[in-house]
Amino acid sequence: MTVATVTPTTAPTGAGAPAPVRETRSDRIVMICNYTALGLFTLAVLYPLVYVLSASLSDPKNVVSGKVWLWPVGLSVEAFKAVFDYDSIVSGFGNSVVYALGGALLATALTLLAAYPLSRKGLPGKGIIMALFVFTMMFSGGLIPTYLVVDRLGLLNTRWAIILPGALAVWNMIITRTFFQSTIPEELVEAAKVDGCTDFGFFWRIVLPLSKPIIAVNLLFYAVAQWNSWFSALIYLTNEHLFPLQLVLRQILIQNNFDPSQVRDTAELIRMKELQEQLKFSLIVIATIPPLLIYPFVQKHFVKGAMVGSLKG
Amino acid sequence: MTTDTLVRRTPAHSAARPKRQALGLGARVRRHWQLYAMLALPLIWLAIFAYWPMYGAIIAFKDYNVVDGIFGSRWVGFKHFERFAESYQFWRLIKNTLILHVYELLATFWLPIVLALGLNMARRRWYRRSVQLITYAPHFISTVVVVGLIVVIVDPNSGVLNHFLGLLGIGPIDVLSNPDYFRHLYVWSGAWQTMGFSAIIYLAALTSVSPELHEAAIVDGASRLRRIWHIDLPAIRPVAVILLILNIGSIMSVGFEKVLLLQNTLNLQTSEVIDTYVYKLGFASQVPQFSYAAAIGLFRSVIGLALLVLANTIARRFAKSSLW
Repeated sequence: MTVATVTPTTAPTGAGAPAPVRETRSDRIVMICNYTALGLFTLAVLYPLVYVLSASLSDPKNVVSGKVWLWPVGLSVEAFKAVFDYDSIVSGFGNSVVYALGGALLATALTLLAAYPLSRKGLPGKGIIMALFVFTMMFSGGLIPTYLVVDRLGLLNTRWAIILPGALAVWNMIITRTFFQSTIPEELVEAAKVDGCTDFGFFWRIVLPLSKPIIAVNLLFYAVAQWNSWFSALIYLTNEHLFPLQLVLRQILIQNNFDPSQVRDTAELIRMKELQEQLKFSLIVIATIPPLLIYPFVQKHFVKGAMVGSLKG
Repeated sequence: MTTDTLVRRTPAHSAARPKRQALGLGARVRRHWQLYAMLALPLIWLAIFAYWPMYGAIIAFKDYNVVDGIFGSRWVGFKHFERFAESYQFWRLIKNTLILHVYELLATFWLPIVLALGLNMARRRWYRRSVQLITYAPHFISTVVVVGLIVVIVDPNSGVLNHFLGLLGIGPIDVLSNPDYFRHLYVWSGAWQTMGFSAIIYLAALTSVSPELHEAAIVDGASRLRRIWHIDLPAIRPVAVILLILNIGSIMSVGFEKVLLLQNTLNLQTSEVIDTYVYKLGFASQVPQFSYAAAIGLFRSVIGLALLVLANTIARRFAKSSLW
């Protein structure tokens, strides 16, 4: 930050003069540089996404020959139609919806059940229980021992293997606990107790209705994490009918593994061979849409969640 | 006991205090039994999916076989650890893991800070909002799709990168199968994906700075850059230190899932890290070597924990902020 030494030689305003303070020239230059840098950076982030979207909508010939670099050239939605003829993509999409919904519900329930008691003051043993949770963030048994546990429980090749092992994220639990601590005053608990309310009743009738934002954050966070995960499916599942979308995507996009048996119609198959490269672009677009569609609506909540955890955790 | 604090406020009730304090541990536990009941399910989950695997990690000191299970298999002491330390893979794996992580740390740690400072400085609301909306977006894209994106963009035949390089007269480069490019690809695609979202934490720290500080500095004639240096950066420091500690604690592990996706037989020389090696030994080899793989995994976890403790101690001494 050597630039910091470039202080303006002209004092902004006369001493003792109250605001408004006029911007000095160097300040204005800094401001212009800042806006330009932010703009360039934003374009750099945006470009790959725009390119893939344009390529997916273009005529495959134009993509291969490099005519497409920003806007679609020779509009074509063939590749999008082809995606829906590929069986494992369709079943993967369905499986991913199941994993995302089921996983989010289960994980959110566990998170709330852990976070609320641990947010209450004066619960004997709270410190030890909290330490038990936090320790797992710093140390874990590792990949192989976890696999052996899942195997031992007989969960291999079941949907539970995808949902259960990662059901609770300790970080989310800490954020949720902080939310409870800062929004549910201890006096409220005491007042409810005086009125004869039990802990269960208080949690169900008062805490949960007051915690809609944090419940939404948890649901969305877990759903997106589950939607995007693929590694647990890779090691726990061998039955292709249970594969989530991400695992199917990995086969097609990264391993370049195009399985003809997944397409029943032969005429369709020939057409698809031509589209194979194009298929990748449309697949990326389709796989990105569900999380990105909900994202602008929930961005505020995500940001809030991240802030609560960072400032008060 | 929180009831104490309530009771204490009214002197008339002060007689009740000693009685409350005399409440034994058993009575207090019984009074809260419903809270413990709520904790039951999460604790059972924790025991099964976090602590049972930790116990299971003892197979690193045994010769695990399916018939005898974790408990019944024969103890062999540090045999697997010694074998790993003597294997030709040992230094290569450690070197690859460390270089990848340190490169990532150096290249990307300061980026979200700069972005947050820039966003904090920008006054036009719509501009700020759109920059945030767009730069946060990649965070929600899955690792598989990000790697898929990389694959189509750098494709030697049809990828847009090589078309641009071709315009500059540079021949097509097969980026994915060249070990020299692997680290750059991994680190900078990571920066693309996470930078915007990582800035949130710093932005939060910046918005908690009192505007009066800035006003006072303006009256004193401080320029924008001076204010960033003397007001904004100190406000960010505690958060930055904590993130740095966490990062150093995970120095032996990298974004393993992305490494595995970007890996192929041609770039193994730089892309094979400890975690991918453990995965291969356990799941991708003809004869799964569970004990050997678990030993390598455990070795990594223990070093990670030790580094975390060390980084935290140093941070507490010199930067006066720490995790615990």
